[in-house]
Amino acid sequence: MSSPINTERVTTFPNAILESTRFEMARDPSVILMGLGITDHIGILGTTKGLVDEFGPDRVIETPLSEDSVTGVAVGAAMAGLRPIHIHIRMDFLMLCMNQLVNMAAKAHYMYGGTVRVPMVVRAVIGKSWGQGAQHSQGLHALFMHVPGIKVVAPSNAHDAKGCLAAAVRDNNPVLFVEHRLLYRTESAVPSADYCVAAGRARVCRRGSDVTLVGVSVMLLECLRAAELLEDAGISAEVIDPIWLAPLDSATIVESAGRTGRLVVVDTGWTSCGAAAEIVARTVETARSDRAIRVRRMGYAAATCPPTPVLEDLYYPNSARIAEAAYALVRPEGPVWRAAADKAEMAYAQEFRGPF
Amino acid sequence: MYQATEDPAIIERIYRSLRVIRRVEEEIARLYPSDKIKSPVHLSIGQESVAVGVCDPLNGDDFASGTYRGHATYLAKGGDLNAMMAELFGKSTGCAGGKAGSMHLIDIQNGVLGASAVVGTTIPVSVGFALAFKREGKGRVVACFFGDGATEEGVFAESLNFAALHRLPVLFVCENNGYAIHAPLSARWATDRLRERVATYGIPTHFVPDSDTFVLRDVVEETLPELRSGRGPVFVECLTYRWREHVGPSEDYDGGYRTRPEAEPWLRCDPVEVAGARLEAGTRTRIDADVEDAIAAAIGFAEQSPDPDPSELLADVFAD
Ligand SMILES: Cc1ncc(C[n+]2csc(CCOP(=O)(O)OP(=O)(O)O)c2C)c(N)n1
Ligand SMILES: [Mg+2]
Repeated sequence: MSSPINTERVTTFPNAILESTRFEMARDPSVILMGLGITDHIGILGTTKGLVDEFGPDRVIETPLSEDSVTGVAVGAAMAGLRPIHIHIRMDFLMLCMNQLVNMAAKAHYMYGGTVRVPMVVRAVIGKSWGQGAQHSQGLHALFMHVPGIKVVAPSNAHDAKGCLAAAVRDNNPVLFVEHRLLYRTESAVPSADYCVAAGRARVCRRGSDVTLVGVSVMLLECLRAAELLEDAGISAEVIDPIWLAPLDSATIVESAGRTGRLVVVDTGWTSCGAAAEIVARTVETARSDRAIRVRRMGYAAATCPPTPVLEDLYYPNSARIAEAAYALVRPEGPVWRAAADKAEMAYAQEFRGPF
Repeated sequence: MYQATEDPAIIERIYRSLRVIRRVEEEIARLYPSDKIKSPVHLSIGQESVAVGVCDPLNGDDFASGTYRGHATYLAKGGDLNAMMAELFGKSTGCAGGKAGSMHLIDIQNGVLGASAVVGTTIPVSVGFALAFKREGKGRVVACFFGDGATEEGVFAESLNFAALHRLPVLFVCENNGYAIHAPLSARWATDRLRERVATYGIPTHFVPDSDTFVLRDVVEETLPELRSGRGPVFVECLTYRWREHVGPSEDYDGGYRTRPEAEPWLRCDPVEVAGARLEAGTRTRIDADVEDAIAAAIGFAEQSPDPDPSELLADVFAD
């Protein structure tokens, strides 16, 4: 996909993360990495590759399988002045970190009356496809959006991955950095210079007038594809990338939805009490009252992720279903419209092939 | 000097079980490039003796819990082969109708408790089964399998303490293959005195340094009376070696984290060969043919089975 900033150099999502990590570690000796598999030859799908050789095992710390404890270690190290980045190859494993993240990391600054800070980053990869199934596919970021004191960011492209990670590392609060596995094959223009993509600014990726589509993480790509499908049907869709989910830039979304009168929010997670629910609620709460906004949340089906491909295909939103939902909001009276099947393939053209 | 069982029925049974597991997983690896199995597969090739040695002396109504590397546990405990293969193919006739995949195999009828892809999570669940079995009072036991990596999770220590405190009938089985994905023990453990750590809970411990199937079987058989009589949990550490990559069908000795020379001693004491060598040639040939027939039938069953109906997506979210 195209990047908002014009530059010659194009690189992949994992390369952008690696580059940002390397830059932050060189810039600030208090930055350390912790996690399982961060020093092996795979290096978290390339995002930590070579860093142990460059910065040494004191700063790139391979950990035991002890997520609960290691999260607490990161909290303590952060309170004592370090800036840990704790890395998880699947977001599902954050369920072992919940106590330390929710009861300590999120609370310490407030509970101790502002006397300490917890500047740590938790990187978590959401899996999809190839039978990832019940426990390797969950998008649980909304659980953390619920908790005051934790920031949440979910970049959708390599440019933002680099800039958001830099912003997250420099932030004086715990930040959950959400990475979708299927973004790892995407490329975008990424400046080699240092920059931050700071919290509080959503990006309008495509202008439109009939309906606003908001896509979280990989679902932004599906929304962009849906906008193309809608264009063929004569409907003009505006597409917004929220980038940071907490704090959320509602103003950009409110302005857009206020103009189009229709809002579809697509999350890579469940809809109930999810990121989509929150974005929709904030929008209708703060929008001007003289024009009603028709809304729709989309996300995982309200079930556990089934590994069998026939059911998994129904489990996830895709560009065709997003386009059809948006069409129904725009033309509620009209006949049901079906997106052309051949154009409605998943936006990430190549199917992901396992084992992982 | 240890005297392995001479009972031909037991030797045959053990060989058959080892051979089934080995050949099923070799077939999975062979089929894998066809993309018919769209599921991450963690093969136990090389480690079969742990599952077989532990499960052989168990009763049908005893239970075993496995991990995502659980094909061996499932088959050794008597899990249905057709249902396993169909599950890997994502078919409606799979052991969970296509909702488990390779990582969560279950067969309650045959005492396979299920498996989790989050390391360590089935350890306390096994202890919970044992709590129920203790109340039931019929002497049933749970064999709880986990890797060396799982012992690093806090829940492992918590579960040992609970099981020991309440004298629950759990056989904890640590399948120590020396690695968690690519990280060796030395990168993860302050000391390798695992059994000493466990023993401080008052749990008797055993060690099978080469995971010889027959030795392990005898160790387990000897502990079963005390487990069934309510004297509390028992722990067995089995040293073993994973021959293939952590996940996927191939070898990975070129990955740089381990070498083929390290594997050689393990490759030389192949548990399937060790057991096979104890059989008469004719017996072995007959068992091998049976095994091939059963596997071919299971693959055929999986291929011919229907996909789940789309309505299945929202079925079983809640129990009735
Ligand atoms: C709680 C948790 N942390 C991390 C992982 C990622 N992971 C999958 S398998 C594995 C290694 C486990 O090693 P071990 O328990 O020794 O079992 P083995 O794979 O060697 O059979 C890891 C770290 C996970 N699945 N669950
Ligand atoms: Mg291991």
